[in-house]
Amino acid sequence: MTQATEAPARTRAQISERTLRKDPWWQAPRLVAALLTIWVLYATVRVFTGHWYYVPKYHYLTPFYSPCVSGECVPGSSALGHWWPAVPPIIPYAVVSLVFVLGFRLTCYYYRRAYYRAFWRAPAACAVREPHAKYTGETRFPLIGQNLHRYFFYMALVIAVLLTYDAAQAFRGPDGNFGFGIGSLILLANVILLWGYTLSCHSCRHITGGRLKHFSKHPVRYWIWTKVSALNARHMQFAWITLGTLMLADLYVMLVASGALSDPRFFN
Amino acid sequence: MGYKAALKIWRGDAGAGQLADYDVEVNEGEVVLDVLHRLQATQATDLAIRWNCKAGKCGSCSMEINGRPRLACMTRMSVFSPEETLTITPMRTFPVIRDLVTDVSFNYAKAREIPSFTPPPEVKPGEFRMRQEDVNRSQEFRKCIECFLCQNTCHVIRDHAENEGAFAGPRFLMRVAELEMHPADIADRREIAQDDFGLGYCNITKCCTEVCPEHIKITDNALIPMKERVVGRKYDPLVWLGSRITRRGAKDTPAVPGGR
Ligand code: SF4
Ligand code: SF4
Ligand code: FES
Ligand code: FES
Repeated sequence: MTQATEAPARTRAQISERTLRKDPWWQAPRLVAALLTIWVLYATVRVFTGHWYYVPKYHYLTPFYSPCVSGECVPGSSALGHWWPAVPPIIPYAVVSLVFVLGFRLTCYYYRRAYYRAFWRAPAACAVREPHAKYTGETRFPLIGQNLHRYFFYMALVIAVLLTYDAAQAFRGPDGNFGFGIGSLILLANVILLWGYTLSCHSCRHITGGRLKHFSKHPVRYWIWTKVSALNARHMQFAWITLGTLMLADLYVMLVASGALSDPRFFN
Repeated sequence: MGYKAALKIWRGDAGAGQLADYDVEVNEGEVVLDVLHRLQATQATDLAIRWNCKAGKCGSCSMEINGRPRLACMTRMSVFSPEETLTITPMRTFPVIRDLVTDVSFNYAKAREIPSFTPPPEVKPGEFRMRQEDVNRSQEFRKCIECFLCQNTCHVIRDHAENEGAFAGPRFLMRVAELEMHPADIADRREIAQDDFGLGYCNITKCCTEVCPEHIKITDNALIPMKERVVGRKYDPLVWLGSRITRRGAKDTPAVPGGR
């Protein structure tokens, strides 16, 4: 048996600076932290207001209230019916989908990277010493729960179908026949981009084909995998764009529903 | 058009050392390694540097230039302004032998722990037939030049030396992923990827990808797919139930004993 030769005990270079980087490495985490905070504050206020979430005339429902299942929901907004009696919005009307949407984004591989860097600062930027004395990563509770991401992905597919239905409803004019305005287009663009975000998910990439060893034996799944992989390369972009479109879609519905804005119609 | 660049270079051994100041001539088209060689030839004849190919292919000249882990032979002087002082230090994660040369044997020890390629016993050498689409994924990982910049930058061990035993680092988790994706390999390394090689320590913050001179998408194409495979083995209740019902009990391959 050969014995590996032990190198003499040596130590790392003792450099006290946290980093010797001279480029503005702190900018990206600050920007990410600011944008995520603004978004979370906006969304929190909106889901608890319980107003201006539906435009009955044009059938516009904001994604933050879909499916509207509280007894409080105004007529026409509840595609899936009322699941509990009217209680004021201490419970968001779409709580059944919001928990999954929130869970999907919180366990998303991209958002994990974003908030670990921006908020937890582990690490804030590469080759910049992190401020924590101990580090166990995603090996323990609660972060080991990140491994449940694929279940949130399955639920996100269901929610994407629901939002597609909502977007289709937004193409009905006041008389119930086909018609559309700026709002319809915003809701449609939002749902298309949400499909982009959902299908570019790393769990989706694994499930559709990434888990295989032999691509050549599964040509169809291989083909799907190549398409999902192409989307997956833009997952970060989808993550940010959909935060923007969700906020825009909600803001637009809010403005039209409150009467602050009248929806320019192209047809009916 | 040459100029004199101000350099601060970490000099010392066994961890103790300090930054020393030098002014060195720089000519057009040069890389950091050229300037270090000129310094060695003219002013600091005892400066220790490891290098070999000067073409970004041997992975020897890894160091940190203005705090960024890079290959000295692939870092052009033209990316810095002539007024800028360059601070050059050894990789922080590995023990220093002398000056800019570190002892990277940690990486070789980790490499030895991974169960090697395991083909089905009935297949004889020379009988393998693989299609290009089956090996595309592994071929990306084979571009690795073993510069260990990713291992050096990963905060799991860079900032927490106490994790060195539990964590193999991105380069070797990528090796595990490569073998798991190999069409002719029958070993199952998912359990040990998590338990022995510390895949769960990785928080996918992508610094390994950011510094890789071969531009391998380590996080997206190796670590995350490997995490998903581990979920399938260890954390997915549906898969677990399915394996109970069909009694296709998983055979986990153990890590190579005596590795640490
Ligand atoms: S992505 Fe994972 S392995 Fe790569 S540097 Fe970050 S923590 Fe380390
Ligand atoms: S994966 Fe990239 S950074 Fe890591 S050792 Fe290989 S070439 Fe170097
Ligand atoms: S949604 Fe981002 S990785 Fe799944
Ligand atoms: S000298 Fe070979 S990679 Fe730099």
